Amino acid sequence: MNFWKNRNIWILGVLTGAAFLGIGASQGQLEVVWRKAVMICLECIGIG
Amino acid sequence: MKRLRLTVQLLFTIVTNGYLYGFLDGKIYRGSLKYACVPGLNCYSCPGALASCPIGALQALLNQRGFQVPFAALGFFFLFGSLLGRFVCGWLCPFGLIQDLLHKIPIFKKKKRLPGHRILKYGTYASLVLLVCVGSMFLFGGFAKVPAFCKYLCPSGTLLGALPLLSADEALRGQAGGLFLWKLGILIGIVLLSVKVYRPFCQYLCPLGAIYGWFNRFSLVQIHWEQERCVSCMACEKACPVALSLQEISRSRECIRCGKCVDACPQKCLYFFRKPS
Repeated sequence: MNFWKNRNIWILGVLTGAAFLGIGASQGQLEVVWRKAVMICLECIGIG
Repeated sequence: MKRLRLTVQLLFTIVTNGYLYGFLDGKIYRGSLKYACVPGLNCYSCPGALASCPIGALQALLNQRGFQVPFAALGFFFLFGSLLGRFVCGWLCPFGLIQDLLHKIPIFKKKKRLPGHRILKYGTYASLVLLVCVGSMFLFGGFAKVPAFCKYLCPSGTLLGALPLLSADEALRGQAGGLFLWKLGILIGIVLLSVKVYRPFCQYLCPLGAIYGWFNRFSLVQIHWEQERCVSCMACEKACPVALSLQEISRSRECIRCGKCVDACPQKCLYFFRKPS
């Protein structure tokens, strides 16, 4: 059976996403994202 | 469906950019919601933005010293992608909404695609690989790495971030120079092109669309085709704004799940989600 035709593959994707988020959070990556997002990003607005 | 989609697009854009005080004051929201990402391309420097941009988050992680696998950003991509695929583009992305509205302006003969679409569509991957990934790891501004996509291309940042902030903050306005003009030029080009061609940024440049496109084949939200009832009238193909064939609808990486094919089908053999067996 074609792996991609399995109608429940999305569950595997969601679980992978949750695991990645957990690993990222444990490595402090959400903190990095937050620190970037709460300062005005000068590059984003074409100044930096 | 058309009205429902527009309502969802508007509501989602307003809710996720609901820090209205920021627009008046020229400051951005600094609360803990920004630990999380919204699914669509929504600049986190927009004064109203309540959460982070997923592409901005990916670049922020790649901009760190050394190299770390950007698990947090990948986690958001897997979550949103596995559940929704490019439904995000069609229903939840603010920059997609803006292009949709521009395309409704009744001037110019409308076109679904640009000439050279077969090659140009790979621009989304070029933007993802060259600017978001390689650029963010290897381009330096002084001693720090730069978020190359945000800095050199992202029109969402210019529209949702730069224009409101610069109009509210005189000090920032004084610093705007050549780079800002470059980004403003890109934004104006995309705005003008959007009036004629359907969502040119999404079709040819958006790295987020390239990522969610990979999830389209197996995401929870799908458009299903009941082949037995289909009379091959091709009304769905005519209605598809990105000119996909019947076989490509939903499973193609280019399908944004806008639902126009579902509306157009006279036999009602196309539908969202799966009917219970």
